[in-house]
Amino acid sequence: MSEESYPAELRYHHEHDWVRADGDEAVFGITWHAQDALGEVVYFEPPAVGSRIEADGSYGSLESVKAVSDVIAPLGGTVTAVNDKVVESPELVNESPYADGWLIRVKLDDPAAVDGLLDATAYQGLL
Amino acid sequence: MTSSLRRTPLYDRHEELGARMVEFGGWEMPVYYVGINEEHRAVRARAGLFDVSHMGQLEITGSGAEALLRTALASDIDRLDEGQAQYSFLLNEKGGIIDDLIVYRLPDKTWLLIVNAGNIAADVAHLKGFKQRGAVVTDISDATAMIALQGPVALDLLADVWPKKTAAPDTLKPFTIVERVVAGVPCRVARTGYTGENGVEIMCAADRAGDLWDGILAHREHGVVPSGLGARDTLRLEMGYPLHGHDIDAKTTPIEAGLGRFVHLGRTFVGSTVLDKQVAKGVKRQLVGIQLLDRAIPREGYPILKDGVKIGTITSGTLSPSVDRGIGMGYVLPVHAAPGTTLQVDIRGRERDAEVVPLPFYKKES
Repeated sequence: MSEESYPAELRYHHEHDWVRADGDEAVFGITWHAQDALGEVVYFEPPAVGSRIEADGSYGSLESVKAVSDVIAPLGGTVTAVNDKVVESPELVNESPYADGWLIRVKLDDPAAVDGLLDATAYQGLL
Repeated sequence: MTSSLRRTPLYDRHEELGARMVEFGGWEMPVYYVGINEEHRAVRARAGLFDVSHMGQLEITGSGAEALLRTALASDIDRLDEGQAQYSFLLNEKGGIIDDLIVYRLPDKTWLLIVNAGNIAADVAHLKGFKQRGAVVTDISDATAMIALQGPVALDLLADVWPKKTAAPDTLKPFTIVERVVAGVPCRVARTGYTGENGVEIMCAADRAGDLWDGILAHREHGVVPSGLGARDTLRLEMGYPLHGHDIDAKTTPIEAGLGRFVHLGRTFVGSTVLDKQVAKGVKRQLVGIQLLDRAIPREGYPILKDGVKIGTITSGTLSPSVDRGIGMGYVLPVHAAPGTTLQVDIRGRERDAEVVPLPFYKKES
């Protein structure tokens, strides 16, 4: 299990998801808090590469032994890649929620919308 | 919300161990300490120590005790000698399962029932409702605690905290109970459990539970780990053991649940006429084990389908840590109940292929 952290270089959605944006390219994942609440992740059901995802909509699901959780898209766009390593080894989400445990890559519809998300301090204020 | 939840005498131990606590049957219980999978594997490979003090303990005493239990229980208590136990059921008139339990025959015409935490009040009311002359039903749940030590090394560990002049724990036969001083604490030690592993369930006075817990955990060299209700649930599900309120309830009978071998047919007890009829004429639905062929996890409430038509509902499910497959149980029409039958589970809108498999899901390598 990883240590609790909320990296300053990421942006956050109140449903406990993070975004690492670079221009119109972005990587999505779930926060340390989300993986801790879920417990050991045993299954990731990803979206199809090429599929459209809507901001605030569910793009897949993560399951622990005890529970299922929808994963919420912080921003809208088109899925360009899925982290197959997490599909194979879902526990990466617990071990490394911000690096090896990323979930999908997305081409953003509106890169400027990143500014509407929470910074690390504001997100931690919700916890 | 949490203020209304009850706590076991070991609550402080769970807090110190950093357990994640959840509500279960009105109790605040540890779901895991480190992780469900790790604890599950420890129990299969070595040993786990569970606080199951939330379980109910009822003593039946008096000259009418046997007469009450002959009528109220679906098993045959006359087959029990002192120190022996049976898995059994309290049924309603329709054969529905009010509770499943273990009945122990103790010395001095005393009987002990270990019942589900959420059913204690209903069980006591039901038993007292017989108004059996000479039978006294005493709920000793609050005064007692229970710890389960389960796993391949459980009895070896127990030997380290066992009175030296008595026969070693591994001489205890399954489904027997003895009184022993364990780790300095007077206990009832039963060779029973809910994991499919060798092990014991140990009962003691509530105010001595901490000493018993600490005394066992002092022998960590055996590889024993504190284990929560999460692992308890995945362990029992791998064995196909039903959980009351989920896989069985007051609307399902032991015959429908595939538990007929624990019922003594041909005897007269509450609900027996319905069970006799079901055995003679067949049941309309049957509890089966379902294993997913796709990589997906069935959960309670998910529809079971055959060729697009709903034929049943999952009553409990999980990802099996031992089999590494989604497993679950559910009721289907008998025509679909044969092992090898292919069907589907509707997992949040997607039909996933599955098949009926014989229980248990997990069989120990021997």
